[in-house]
Amino acid sequence: MEGNGFPRRTLLRAGAAGVAASALPLVNVHGQTSGGKLALGLWDHWVPAGNDAMRKLVMEWGQKNRVEIQLDFITSVGNKNLLTIAAESQAKQGHDLLSFPTWEIHAQSRLLEPMDDVMTRLQERYGAINPITKYLAQIGGKWMAVPAVSGSQNKPAIGRIDLLKQHAGIDVQEMFPANANPGSKAAEWNWDTFLKAAEGTHKAGFSFGLPAGQFTDATDWIGSLFRGFGAELVNAKGDITAKSDNVRRVLEYSQRLFAFLPADVFSWDDASNNRALISGRSALIFNPPSAWAVAKRDAPQVAEQCWCFPAPAGAQGRFTPYQPYFWGVWSFSRNKSAAKALIEHLSQREQAAAMVAASNGYDIPPFASMTDFDTWEKEGPPPGTLYNYPLKPHQKAEQFIACYPAPPEIAVQMYNQGIQAKMIARVVQNKEPIDRTIAWAERELEGFKRG
Amino acid sequence: MSDATLSAVPRPHEAAPRSALQRIARRNSTIAFLLTLPLILLILGLVVYPFLYAIYLSMLNRRMTRFIGIENFTFLLSRETFWDVVFQSVLFAVSAVLLKALIGFILAHVLHALPAKGQRKWRGMLLVPWVIPPAISTLAWWWLFDPSYSAFNWALAGIGADPVPWLGATGWARFSVILVNVWYGSPFFMIMYLAALKSVPDQLYEAASIDGANGWQKLRHVTFPMMRNIISITVLFSLIVTFANFDIVRILTNGGPQDSTHVFATYAFQVGIQSGDIPLGASVSLFMFPLLAVFAVFTLRGVNKRTKEMA
Repeated sequence: MEGNGFPRRTLLRAGAAGVAASALPLVNVHGQTSGGKLALGLWDHWVPAGNDAMRKLVMEWGQKNRVEIQLDFITSVGNKNLLTIAAESQAKQGHDLLSFPTWEIHAQSRLLEPMDDVMTRLQERYGAINPITKYLAQIGGKWMAVPAVSGSQNKPAIGRIDLLKQHAGIDVQEMFPANANPGSKAAEWNWDTFLKAAEGTHKAGFSFGLPAGQFTDATDWIGSLFRGFGAELVNAKGDITAKSDNVRRVLEYSQRLFAFLPADVFSWDDASNNRALISGRSALIFNPPSAWAVAKRDAPQVAEQCWCFPAPAGAQGRFTPYQPYFWGVWSFSRNKSAAKALIEHLSQREQAAAMVAASNGYDIPPFASMTDFDTWEKEGPPPGTLYNYPLKPHQKAEQFIACYPAPPEIAVQMYNQGIQAKMIARVVQNKEPIDRTIAWAERELEGFKRG
Repeated sequence: MSDATLSAVPRPHEAAPRSALQRIARRNSTIAFLLTLPLILLILGLVVYPFLYAIYLSMLNRRMTRFIGIENFTFLLSRETFWDVVFQSVLFAVSAVLLKALIGFILAHVLHALPAKGQRKWRGMLLVPWVIPPAISTLAWWWLFDPSYSAFNWALAGIGADPVPWLGATGWARFSVILVNVWYGSPFFMIMYLAALKSVPDQLYEAASIDGANGWQKLRHVTFPMMRNIISITVLFSLIVTFANFDIVRILTNGGPQDSTHVFATYAFQVGIQSGDIPLGASVSLFMFPLLAVFAVFTLRGVNKRTKEMA
């Protein structure tokens, strides 16, 4: 030590202070103890930079809290994430913390750790939360998971500015500009206007790209259409209510609308609508901005004509399709406190902003107070194209999951088996009478009610 | 050389146990058992245990908290969609296997007739569909059938024909999934039948020629009888694999349009994994078992009978 200028006592003091400082965050995370190992299985983001940003946030937290992190990104391609969840729930071992897609919280609620403490603090800090997340993750009054920022998405309309103006007479930038002052025609953006626009663009060879198969993009926009018409197949109590005028009306409307869509939409998957937009063959799709992001890379001339705006309104209101992810902790996890602390850390505004920025605006935080990040204002071209991607008060819209408000154990089957899309396919493709289609749906729904 | 010359003279107190052990170790049945033990363990671990576990799962309620006996099975039998799946599975498996057997048989004969020099090259090329992992080759087929950008439709447009909804209309979608399965599976039949053809003694054909038999008569009275066992076993094996097919339907149509291409495995996945009802999914997949077991029993009984007759 001789000649280094630091006396032994100073060094010892500095060392002790260093140890204390490194231990402080453990105490600061709401008094929860941390440390040890934590195995995470997070959603493999569509946007490649999304994984990098998440890794950085998680590793920084791990270092700060002296928690050894094992991080796996699990893809939803081929339902790999569902298989992982099913396997871990059967084996009662695996990761401590997982990303759960939309319906999985109800399915796995018996094996999940309640998150009321985390949710109470988050809601106290950030205010109102999206009611759909309550429907999907609050069971018996208890939050069984925390709505995740990463992976949660809206599916508003993404339209071509030029084609809609030219062939449908709709100026989407004027209707829903990149500010909180909607245009005079915003209130007229309803399913009737939508039908006329579909006809106009179809005649010009740029049909709307609306899938109608059994994939989520189809289920989501069709769910929004049904909800807009008030066409509820099963009510919140679990009663089958498919035999109604509203259901008949939405099916009649579908017969008219599908006359202006490509004939093959019944076999489209979740990528088909993206391709339709990116290739320049479609004037409008319902999707998160990933389609626009790919166009920005592969077809910039298409991307600079794209604009995000809310779904059309129906008699019952305007409903933006929403698909959330959740962060949940298994009850058999060996490090629950650290897992909860990490989830709470990732749900903070700063982390949410970082994830939204890294995902080019794809991720949608669950709190209304977090829909003002500048990422959505700045992203382009064209500048402001994503301004209306998150839900904002001036849109007068609600986030919505298809098949709501049916009890989730029934809704999950309706959703995954695409019952609304199949009803449309029956009346449009098979030309079945509407009443017979409704009778078929009632029989199917009766089966879904089984406990 | 006798055993006695190989072994040292045992001490009286060691003689009994060592000789007993040696006797056991030298038994053919013991050696056979030890040699098959790895396979037995593999089958126990990867076939018997999952099968029994699937039976256990199929008797639980949706939440897997209560034993409900055969309720899942009776529920399925009351569902319209399930009966559609049964019909489609049978249609898919039977038509695909028959076509594969027919194409394999024709290809085997064509190959057998080729001179030995060029045969190996053709055999290798014709085996290509079978050696490519089906998940990958099916993706390539999906691109050919793609609803909007189908290469087939592009070619049809070139000759002025209307586009075909390969995956969007019930009939065409069923045709497409069967076609891909036939494309993938025919080489297996071809190679099995080729091996069987090569083992038919030439003297039988020569004798038939002397008796004045024409080509069809030789095929009917010499080739077919000699190949009957291999045909039965390949058809049985292929039927089991085709019934349990998952990847082709899953990738091409996801069971659509309107559930019209679902087979047992894809429907079980949709109900069990995607819709969170694992017991019902297990019940769907177990429905394959009695169908295939009955078919297997009859086929194998026929094979045994013919083998005994030939012996």
